[in-house]
Amino acid sequence: MNAGTKFAIGAALIVGSVGYLMASGVKQTGQYFLTPSELSQKIALDPSFYNVGMKVGAHVVPGSVTRDLATRTLRFQVTDGSARYAVLYRGLPPDTFNDSVEVVVEGRLQKDGIIYATNVLAKCGSRYEAVPKA
Amino acid sequence: MTVLGSLCLWIAFLVGIWGALAGFVGGRQGRRDLEQSARHAVFAMCAALWVAVAALEWALFQHDFNVEYVASYTSRNLPIFYTWSALYAGQKGSLLFWASVLSLFGSLAMVLTGRRHRALLPYVAGVVCTVATFFISVMLFGQANPFHRLAYTPLDGNGLNPQLQNPGMVFHPPMLYLGYISITIPFAFAMAALLSKRLDVDWLVAIRKWTLLSWLFLSIGICLGMWWAYVELGWGGYWAWDPVENASLLPWLTMTAFLHSVMIQEKRGMLKKWNLALIIGSWLLSIFGTFITRSGVISSVHSFTQSNVGYFFLFFLIAAGTASFTVYATRLPLLAAETKLESMVSREASFLFNNLLFVGIAFSVLWGTLFPILSELVQGTKVTVGPPFFNQVNIPLGLALLALTGIGPLIAWRRASLPNLQRQFAVPVTVGGFAALVLLVGGMRDLYALMAIALGAFVAATVVQEFARGARARHRQYGEAYLLALGRLLGRNRRRYGGYSVHTGMVILFIAFAGMAFKTETEATLRPGESAVLKSPYGWTYTFTHLGVSQYDALNRQVTAATLEIGRDGKRLGVLTTEKRQHVDGLGRPTFQPSTEVGIRSDLREDLYVVLAGLVNGTEQAVFRFTINPLVWWVWYGGMIVALGGLIVMWPGGGSPAVKRTQAGYAVRLVEDMKA
Repeated sequence: MNAGTKFAIGAALIVGSVGYLMASGVKQTGQYFLTPSELSQKIALDPSFYNVGMKVGAHVVPGSVTRDLATRTLRFQVTDGSARYAVLYRGLPPDTFNDSVEVVVEGRLQKDGIIYATNVLAKCGSRYEAVPKA
Repeated sequence: MTVLGSLCLWIAFLVGIWGALAGFVGGRQGRRDLEQSARHAVFAMCAALWVAVAALEWALFQHDFNVEYVASYTSRNLPIFYTWSALYAGQKGSLLFWASVLSLFGSLAMVLTGRRHRALLPYVAGVVCTVATFFISVMLFGQANPFHRLAYTPLDGNGLNPQLQNPGMVFHPPMLYLGYISITIPFAFAMAALLSKRLDVDWLVAIRKWTLLSWLFLSIGICLGMWWAYVELGWGGYWAWDPVENASLLPWLTMTAFLHSVMIQEKRGMLKKWNLALIIGSWLLSIFGTFITRSGVISSVHSFTQSNVGYFFLFFLIAAGTASFTVYATRLPLLAAETKLESMVSREASFLFNNLLFVGIAFSVLWGTLFPILSELVQGTKVTVGPPFFNQVNIPLGLALLALTGIGPLIAWRRASLPNLQRQFAVPVTVGGFAALVLLVGGMRDLYALMAIALGAFVAATVVQEFARGARARHRQYGEAYLLALGRLLGRNRRRYGGYSVHTGMVILFIAFAGMAFKTETEATLRPGESAVLKSPYGWTYTFTHLGVSQYDALNRQVTAATLEIGRDGKRLGVLTTEKRQHVDGLGRPTFQPSTEVGIRSDLREDLYVVLAGLVNGTEQAVFRFTINPLVWWVWYGGMIVALGGLIVMWPGGGSPAVKRTQAGYAVRLVEDMKA
């Protein structure tokens, strides 16, 4: 076997393992990224969607935020204009979280209709830009 | 001044179009007058753009809030340091900064390129003018003119986002920009070589320093970004695999691959197609990075202004990608390899695997970053992958790369013999094995961390061995003292030993990354006098005792500071303060959301990282998050050593060994097979 063929085998091994790692990575760690209305459609079609890890991207409903700092509990609602879900998060939200930002909530929707969040990311236009004066 | 600024943009735009035309036509027809004209166009564009930069800085310092850009990013109470850096705090200013720096680099390339490569320069001027003109046209036609005036004059500006008011943020963006921008110069030379069909090793020699420069800026920019994220954002880490971070990592990976594979082309005349593709790819990735950060097509926590500017970049990316790969494809027959791979156990082979790994990592990062878009296109539902995906894929690949870092430099070119292997690897392999054994006995059970440290020890041993052998040889041959011999060794072979220094830095970084596998964290709500307890991975028990809260006004902010006393295993270590800041405008009204000032206590073993999340109902009862991050300091040290090594390689004079070429007798093709 000449060196070229051996190298081709080695290269195929590397390419193969990159491919395998990527495929298994997506399979094991991929999460749906849904808007609240997409989530409600999915749930209506397929009830097994409860208790599945996912990310929900939506706006926080203004005025819906209640924080209990002492127990580090955060409750709020998210909406995309049509569907609306309540979120319960135990932990510390990022600095940029308030009741007018877009958030990405990572967690599971339970039968009680509440999304139990394991992580809340706040995304807001003011990260690098000033808040537009209302 | 805004009139002057806009005028300069228009001048630069028109000159740029002329320069592009004159460069390409002049180069093709070999007309000296047009070639000269293209060269002058680059200089003229540079001058016009820097006058525009001066005009914008003038407006910033004059607090001319009638200019929209000035009103958006500065305010009267902003420290002067940050007023200056507001030049690149926003999108419009960044575009101007980008175009100006590109024209400056282009001018430097015109001046500094030796006579030997003269024939390439008209095309280089053409490419630089085309790219710079694109950036200027985004400003002029994409509603992104930084000199745009408002219909009224606000009394004060919006101020700069407090998270950007950090020294790291002053240097991080321009470093990354400098890295991104300077890739254009090697790309321009690559295109020039393709267009002029001068595809020998010459063009590689002409761009060696430029590729290193851009790699160095990217490395420093990425490290500063990690540092900023760590000290300023308060989530307790330095790398989150966010799309914007990935965008900066992608060209770094392909550039690093190029810096290695280019050595094979120089020494052995192989990999010509691969190298050109890497350069073109790196440049396209740098534009791609700008596109995804500016367009908002991928949701990222870094949300820059989303605007149609992104689509200008998408268009440019597609057009430039098509154009450059078309030229590339027409020149493929000229890019045959001169020699072929002789043995799997050779430096060539190890470099080839190294390249495949770099590109494989880059591909997986690109794939993960784009996955939400791809999955939506294919399945109709967005699926995202996060840090677990990137870690799961890249840790094994990274470890393989780390192993090659040790193997590559020691193994012989062409074909390594068994005695050669024994001589080179006996000591390093023993050191690595011993390190693994010690860690196992010491109780470390995390496989990846264990491998990272053991491989790190192996690579470090190879580097030490190389330095020791080199110094001993000089000592024997010239009778120099060992220390002097070591210094001369480094000075006379900068490329080689500077490269080893970079490898040392990378080893340190890998070990530091492995440390994060042992991070521990707890949250607590404490009244003054109460304590929280956290066990460190080294087995110590830390106690954090809340001492109290103070509130006071500073320059442009109201500060709430909590002070904690830290004890380790019952022994008092000192106090730590962590703050919540509310920035205010000139009238004392709050601007922006509150920001966190993390309390960090570092030593070489671990960082105590304390975040004040808030006060309960305005009392002194405070909510904290305590994190212990092992080995974080080594990330910064490793980054510094990487940068230092890059500087050693780049330092002018001395270092570059003559390009060695093999005899024509070895000329057989192989590269096509490898690229498949």
